[in-house]
Amino acid sequence: MTTGEPLIVLDSVNKWFGPLHVLDDVSLSVGRGEVVVVIGPSGSGKSTLCRTINRLEPINSGTITFDGQPLPAEGKALAKLRSEVGMVFQSFNLFAHKTILENVTLGPLKVRKEKPSVARERGLALLDRVGIANQADKFPAQLSGGQQQRAAIARALAMQPKAMLFDEPTSALDPEMVGEVLDVMTSLARDGMTMVVVTHEMGFARHAANRVIFMADGKLVEDAPPTEFFANPRSERAKDFLSKILTH
Amino acid sequence: MHVFADPTNFDAYLSGFLWILKLTGASAVFALVIGVLLAAMRVSPVPVLRGFGAAWVNIFRNTPLTLVVFFCYFGLFSTLGLSLAEDLNLNNYWLGVIGLSVYTAAFVCEAVRSGVNTVPTGQAEAARALGLTFAQTLRIVVLPQATRSVVAPFGSILIALCKNATIVGTIGLMESSNVMKDLLNANGDAVIPIFLVFAGTFAALLIPTGYFFGWLANRLAVKR
Repeated sequence: MTTGEPLIVLDSVNKWFGPLHVLDDVSLSVGRGEVVVVIGPSGSGKSTLCRTINRLEPINSGTITFDGQPLPAEGKALAKLRSEVGMVFQSFNLFAHKTILENVTLGPLKVRKEKPSVARERGLALLDRVGIANQADKFPAQLSGGQQQRAAIARALAMQPKAMLFDEPTSALDPEMVGEVLDVMTSLARDGMTMVVVTHEMGFARHAANRVIFMADGKLVEDAPPTEFFANPRSERAKDFLSKILTH
Repeated sequence: MHVFADPTNFDAYLSGFLWILKLTGASAVFALVIGVLLAAMRVSPVPVLRGFGAAWVNIFRNTPLTLVVFFCYFGLFSTLGLSLAEDLNLNNYWLGVIGLSVYTAAFVCEAVRSGVNTVPTGQAEAARALGLTFAQTLRIVVLPQATRSVVAPFGSILIALCKNATIVGTIGLMESSNVMKDLLNANGDAVIPIFLVFAGTFAALLIPTGYFFGWLANRLAVKR
């Protein structure tokens, strides 16, 4: 899967929220086309880790490199970097005052200055790909959670990103809608998209991930292929975590 | 009602309210534009802009409107020589529009700023994650949702503006309250009827305005 230099590199990243050390000397590299699933107990820093990669959370020390370039601090350069990294949120965050199609074409139109006809065509194709082409003219509040999250994935893909970040994309969904979102993510992974996925879906981690990262208390505790991690977790912390979630 | 049967009086009454409507209309447009810009400044990450917005609000929201309008006349016009029209009435009108606009903009700004707080942070985060700049995020995602949530308060501000427009009478414009004062002086036998006609006209203009904004607020509300 991995070819050439890695796409995302975190080196000795530290972050504090006040006295809380949320990211404790985290180093990680993600290759092109690689799917990395980040798991761990609540408050372990996995969402924060995900959000530092497009600098929605600034870091206190260490370096983050994306596609060979250090993350810009702010301004136009940062906006450009963000346009190359798709992000999917736990609470969807679709623009509530815009239709689904407008949500998907907003980035291409306003950030990339694409022609409306081009943006619209790709937008509709993406909505078709995630299976909600017939919802294009509705507003987000008229869709189910699963449909909204699929629209949010289409919105991120419309920017033709080099990588996709997923911050607990199924945690706010009713159980019967989790599958439809995971199906879209699995097909993305199969198509070779570079993905960092924070999730509690162990099934997805098993079948779609190249690597599983286990975090606890802000530290990156384990980094292993899924088969190895689930069969033989090395750390006590991971064993304890897995025993709690897999026995029910 | 013999007072208003006199065509001269009736014309004065009509033109008085016409001035009120013109003052309200022009000032509402300016106050909305300035107020939204001030709100954008107050939520921006630039300290100088935040300070400017805060200073504007603190100065004009906490100064009596009479004083602001007097300053426009005696300060801007008499002392500094700012003349906005050849015609004296029109000059007073535009001076009044300046005073009403800068004053009302402070209230619009605070309404919009409270509206910004009703927009979930995830909306701005999603916009930034797509690569929109701060200004684009504000203009395309946050402010449209913020202003929709403050349509009802906008209605109250507009109603207050319309009534406040009578203060421009103090710098000589023959708007409704000035007309009323003249009519009262000339018709001591009909004081109560004259009051009732002027008050009734304001109520007839403003009560529907209030209901209209209530209806509009429901219609424009962002469904979440």
